[in-house]
Amino acid sequence: MVNFIQYLISGLSAGSLYALVALGVVLIYRSTRILNFAHGDMATMGTFFAFSLLSWRFPFYLALPLSLLFGALLAVAFYFSIIVPAQRRDATMLGQITLTVGLSMIFQGAMVYLWGTDSKMLSFPLSDTKTWNLGPIYLNELSLGTLIVGILGSVLLYLLIQKTRLGLAMKATSENLPAAQTLGIPTRTILAASWGLAALLGVVAGLFLAPALILDPFFMLEPFLKGFAGAILGGMNSLPGAIIGGLLIGIIENLCGGYISLEFKNTVPFIIIIIVLLFKHEGLLGKEFKERI
Amino acid sequence: MTVVALLLLPWFGSEHLIYMGTLIFIVSVGIMGQNILIGYTGQISLGQAGFLAIGAFSFGHMAQMGVPIGLALLGAGCMAAFFGVLVGFPSLRLKGPYLAIVTLGFGIAVYQTFASFEVLSGGRMGLVIPKFPALFGLTREASMYYFSLFMGIAFTLVTYNLISSYIGRAFVAIRDNDIAAEVLGVNLTRYKLLSFAISSFYTGIHGAMFAMFMGFIDPQMFNFSESLIIFVAVVIGGLASVEGAIFGAAFVILVPQVFSGYRELVPVIFGVTVIFIMIFEPLGLAGRWFKMRLYYRNWPFR
Repeated sequence: MVNFIQYLISGLSAGSLYALVALGVVLIYRSTRILNFAHGDMATMGTFFAFSLLSWRFPFYLALPLSLLFGALLAVAFYFSIIVPAQRRDATMLGQITLTVGLSMIFQGAMVYLWGTDSKMLSFPLSDTKTWNLGPIYLNELSLGTLIVGILGSVLLYLLIQKTRLGLAMKATSENLPAAQTLGIPTRTILAASWGLAALLGVVAGLFLAPALILDPFFMLEPFLKGFAGAILGGMNSLPGAIIGGLLIGIIENLCGGYISLEFKNTVPFIIIIIVLLFKHEGLLGKEFKERI
Repeated sequence: MTVVALLLLPWFGSEHLIYMGTLIFIVSVGIMGQNILIGYTGQISLGQAGFLAIGAFSFGHMAQMGVPIGLALLGAGCMAAFFGVLVGFPSLRLKGPYLAIVTLGFGIAVYQTFASFEVLSGGRMGLVIPKFPALFGLTREASMYYFSLFMGIAFTLVTYNLISSYIGRAFVAIRDNDIAAEVLGVNLTRYKLLSFAISSFYTGIHGAMFAMFMGFIDPQMFNFSESLIIFVAVVIGGLASVEGAIFGAAFVILVPQVFSGYRELVPVIFGVTVIFIMIFEPLGLAGRWFKMRLYYRNWPFR
């Protein structure tokens, strides 16, 4: 029983990071209907930027917001310079996905060029060796921090979307773009803000994953795919779904890793993706866009 | 004229040139196959490396068991085609991003299966494949070159034939609007699955020939980046054109060679080119070539 709770807690902790990645993917999909394959690479760029800042002796509380800003700026720049011209020329879904694939390759090449391929350690104020005990359960400081940040991030996003006017504008834009434009909502700004916000969430996830997984240009590939799986499980269209999906993926993955085998742990998210897509492709909470013929 | 030049290449070209030429023709078979799926039928597929791996490893095992090369190639293609049909089933229900994700998942699942199960792939050490035998007194490399040239031309002719037939038109109809195609009487199930099967067959042959060419394969060669590179080659070459396959293959093979001093920048170049092509030249390199020919033909009328 103790094992079960242990797996549950570590699953929640990993899951909250997947939830952040999933939130980013869903934000972009909801607003611009694009599946962003470069999301993991955007997060990695932000994390590497933080690494550079930290190695230039910037204090952590300064490096963190700066790298978040960097990630967001990258996303916004990409949006304005590439996506807007593409949409102006009526790019198809395949075309837009190809654009994000292209961006992903550019980022990967840039990262290898700027920072090399060997692994780096990100100096992080929360260590993963200091552990606390809650009864029989061990919780290391990093996991606790991850859990808190993940929950905090999700709650803040929820408040943003539900309670502020910006959130209302985002909902309106994603539901019906021409109508929102008619109402005077500056849709291009809103969409750029969605991209920036999504990248920001991704960088947060990257920063918290980097101390545990060693930092190298490809370290976000698996968490990105698992975040993807979480987004699909919860429904590509629904933000609460992304949170739930991410958490579930984290929990299920850890339970399977604990009870079945450790090698199996990595295949679980893909199996989940395939099962969800075969049976109910909108996911748990998703509603799909209606296709007009 | 180009054909004669290509035929005479091994006599005049350096060994490096022969190596490049062989690789280009091998890869163009695979790119052509994916072009049929992505360019002509409009289904998004990001799991190419999985089919490559299946083709390569099936060929490898069959060749090691002593099956003659032609039969082993055929067998590899059929194995890949079988899995292609499996992957095609979700395509009947899913569109757009979901299909991309399923194919992505398939590609990664295949890679992880091969990496984890040593019996299939020879584990970390990889699998050694017998190379193409030297024929008619030519060197090994030259015979491999002629073989891949022959296969490249054969597959190109087959593809042209396919595209201009009813099947090809059905594919294009599915791409443009699959519901309308069904209304007009195109059996979606049959043609979508056929498209997946055919394109996977091509990719399987590509994998098998690649294995034969390299003499050695291991699972690392078929990871996700490989899938992306093939996808990029299809787009850069030209989405719905047969010549585009050769252009795309040449591009993804020559660019790393030309920039070998700046290896890290190669993905950047791919990415930038892909973005460029998508925005400015949706018909790809083949489209640009076609437009240039048209310009010269119509000169001075522009």
